[in-house]
Amino acid sequence: MGEIDIANAFVVLANFVLIPSISYGSQLALGALGITLVYGILRFSNFAHGDTMAFGAMITMLCTWWLQHQGIHLGPLPTALIALPIGIIACVALLLAIDRSVYRFYRTRRAKPVILVIVSMGVMFVMNGLVRFVVGPGDQRFADGERFVISAREFRDLTGLQEGLAFRTSQGITILTAIIVVIALFWFLNKTKTGKSMRAYSDNEDLALLSGINPNRVVTYTWILVAILATVAGALYGLDKSFKPFTYFQLLLPIFAAAVVGGLGNPLGAIAGGYLIAFSEVTITYAWKKVLGYLVPWWEPTGIVQFISTDYKFAISFSILLIALLFRPTGLFRGKAY
Amino acid sequence: MYPSRHEAFLIGEAMTGGYADGPDILHSCTVAVNSGEIAVIVGPNGAGKSTAMKALFGMLSLREGAVILDGEDISALPPQERVSKGMGFVPQTANIFPSLTVRENLEMGGFSRDDDIHDTMEQVYGLFPVLREKQKQQAGELSGGQRQQVALARAMMTQPKVLLLDEPTAGVSPIVMKEILGRIIEVADTGIPVIIVEQNARQALEIADQGFVLVQGRNEYTGTGKELLTNKDVLQAFLGG
Amino acid sequence: MIVTTGVIQSWNSALLILNMGLVSAIMSLGLNLQWGLAGLFNVGVMGFVALGGLATVLIAMPATPTAWGAGGARIVIALLFASVVIAAVIGVYKRMPNSTTRFVVMLALLLIGVIIYRAILDPAVATVEAINPALAGYIGGLNLPVLVAWPVGGVLAACAAWLIGKTALGLRSDYLAIGTLGIAEIIIAVLKHEDWLARGVKNVIGIPRPVPYEIDLQQDANFLARATDLGIDPTIASSLFVKLNYAILFAVVLLTLFIMAQLALNSPWGRMMRAIRDNEVTAAAMGKDVTARHLQVFVLGSAICGIAGAMMTTLDGQLTPASYQPLRFTFLVWVMVILGGSGNNLGAVLGGFFIWFFWVQVEPIGLLLIEFATIGLADESWFKQHLLASAAYMRLFTMGLILLLVLRFWPRGLIPGR
Repeated sequence: MGEIDIANAFVVLANFVLIPSISYGSQLALGALGITLVYGILRFSNFAHGDTMAFGAMITMLCTWWLQHQGIHLGPLPTALIALPIGIIACVALLLAIDRSVYRFYRTRRAKPVILVIVSMGVMFVMNGLVRFVVGPGDQRFADGERFVISAREFRDLTGLQEGLAFRTSQGITILTAIIVVIALFWFLNKTKTGKSMRAYSDNEDLALLSGINPNRVVTYTWILVAILATVAGALYGLDKSFKPFTYFQLLLPIFAAAVVGGLGNPLGAIAGGYLIAFSEVTITYAWKKVLGYLVPWWEPTGIVQFISTDYKFAISFSILLIALLFRPTGLFRGKAY
Repeated sequence: MYPSRHEAFLIGEAMTGGYADGPDILHSCTVAVNSGEIAVIVGPNGAGKSTAMKALFGMLSLREGAVILDGEDISALPPQERVSKGMGFVPQTANIFPSLTVRENLEMGGFSRDDDIHDTMEQVYGLFPVLREKQKQQAGELSGGQRQQVALARAMMTQPKVLLLDEPTAGVSPIVMKEILGRIIEVADTGIPVIIVEQNARQALEIADQGFVLVQGRNEYTGTGKELLTNKDVLQAFLGG
Repeated sequence: MIVTTGVIQSWNSALLILNMGLVSAIMSLGLNLQWGLAGLFNVGVMGFVALGGLATVLIAMPATPTAWGAGGARIVIALLFASVVIAAVIGVYKRMPNSTTRFVVMLALLLIGVIIYRAILDPAVATVEAINPALAGYIGGLNLPVLVAWPVGGVLAACAAWLIGKTALGLRSDYLAIGTLGIAEIIIAVLKHEDWLARGVKNVIGIPRPVPYEIDLQQDANFLARATDLGIDPTIASSLFVKLNYAILFAVVLLTLFIMAQLALNSPWGRMMRAIRDNEVTAAAMGKDVTARHLQVFVLGSAICGIAGAMMTTLDGQLTPASYQPLRFTFLVWVMVILGGSGNNLGAVLGGFFIWFFWVQVEPIGLLLIEFATIGLADESWFKQHLLASAAYMRLFTMGLILLLVLRFWPRGLIPGR
């Protein structure tokens, strides 16, 4: 086993495991942040979050199509980046409208969290219907621009290695956007007065009221942040893979798992949880034959050396969730238990 | 010997009432504090001490009686408006933001102020030097006594005209209790009147200018701290002789 | 309502709605036991329903003999091995002190276990699936009467519920919700992808019926004579007769379960459950084992959902894993329970009928509304086409709206529970 073999093995690993899980993890982390914010401040598990992501992504997609139709492009970058702010604005408007018309009523009477969860199920139905009504249940694509930052062939030519490393534009954008959004979010939560008041409200509602913090303002800001996070996460996921309403509903499970594993209500935990889930999912469902072929050339495995087939990727987030619940119900980073 | 509404800075006068639709807990109960003084409310368990304080703060509705702050009747105001009128309240439990840093806790105390809060913060750090040292730590990681200081300091940040403390020494060791009571004296020395509800009657009365002994929601004894500490009946009944 | 459908649309579709309404009522009864009586938050109804469906295949379909010879034993060994591994992991969890070592040991056991399990299972699966893949390609069933599958479906669902309940009950209610959501997705994934078990997305069709077939009836002289007497076309008559038979069978099951649920509700056990629901802390302080009681009721409720699932698959005559959608099988049942009035069995049953009726009828109503609203638009207009094509999704929207409106203005439902 020479150095070249190790390099080749690493390239395969990076190509099929590292890059995909980092970009998938970023999407999950953004989604989990939304869940965790709602949980921390509004104090319920929001089952409508997957469909909120779908709604934001849908508006972004429609807007992208319109821009493309008008002949507006962003060169090598996907046009969706211009459309994203519109998606965010629409999503903010929708969530605030839903808060005023639905959630606020229960908040003012201090309803039990479980009631709010059921209410969020109703909201989920409505959003589900709305999205399907507008674009239908099918698979849609809206990515354009340059497909690769670096393609497998270019990489091979560049390095002279046998294996190629493809880095797609959508993955690059996902990772970059996620970093920017997360930094902005943490800056907001930790450095601005409003952000601090949100954390204070999440920590101790009564004392926050005594300190003159306006609950309606906190809630409004929360929904705005949630809408931004959900739309960005949804649009990135749609760019990276494709847009299909039902997949967003299914994302609910890994996203919840990420939020719980990280510690519900803890933003840092949501991010860690997102990457943990993504890495586990990709690693466990990856066929290791090629990597092993470089590292352990004398061993020729019969199968493709895959622990679990990709069909069961939900089982992985689910198992991690169960393990977390059994061993550390408060999560990696201490979450809140109400 | 009862304080009158003309001299007291804050007075809950002949308060009668209870929680929501429940039975009355307070029966024509009066508690008050004069400018620059410390008033202490003591009494056996279930005497309505904390209830009396909550009544002052507007957390239960009074059927009779009135709460008067600096000559103004505030009986009808909700708690939050009483805060903006200058009442600072430190609840017995859950009185800090545990995941925020000490400094952020203080900032939240000054949340509704539009002016520069840095002078107040310096003043508070002066009163509680340990908080300056730990200002970047999460408040939830501090010791019990230090948390009580954070709670007091947070309330101070609102620049209150009067402070209400609900059992500030509950659950801390005697040494820490001494320190906290010492801090409270320092706070009062800055000119802010303080009302304290206390379980540890003897220690509290030692620092009290005015003391109120409540039994079953009624004023049993009222007097200066010294008077009560030397009153035979009070000694026998509540201070263990 | 259903009668109106019979008059306006056809008796056939009325009976169809009635039959599924009966099944829905049973599901809603099961969920009501969990949520209404015990306050347990189960969002995995779909999984338990699907397990019931699987039961019908495993019980009623003829076995594929060559499959058993080729790989059956190996599959059984693989499954046994899997349970040994799981038992070992649990053993480690219980015996070893809480430490990183324990965690590593458990993880290693699991990973090695999975590798060996796959090594045993995969070849067997390949051989089984290779047998006549167009028609069989799976191990088949036990060739027993399909009615046997109904209780078996309940037992299967109960087992799954026990597993999930054992881990997630006793934690916060949201965790049970997320846990059940996950287990349901996994059950569906297994049904879709383990072709050796029930042909996966290739579907199992022609599951034997507990009632006569239309074709047989149409050739039965007696039946034909009766139909002519009543003046009904024999084809329609046979179809109606079959559906009526199902309706009677289903009604018997619903009635039995309803009476049992009613008795349970009013028994000392039911009173205890309600006491626990209303104040867990007090009940625990009085020496009630809250988690154990919750596990009981959770398993029971899930079993009822399993029975309903088996009945539904029997009615359809086929198992189509791809048709299991959480919105339809989990959240719709929730709407039924909330509308009916949590905690009241009769309410749950009524809610089941109502919501099922609306679920079916909202589509044509929505279509009509859109037709009406777009009457001014040209038929070929893009907008109108799109709206008409999307009318089907109106019902998700409507269901959500119903749920929200009931929660807001009528939180106690049609018939409030206690």
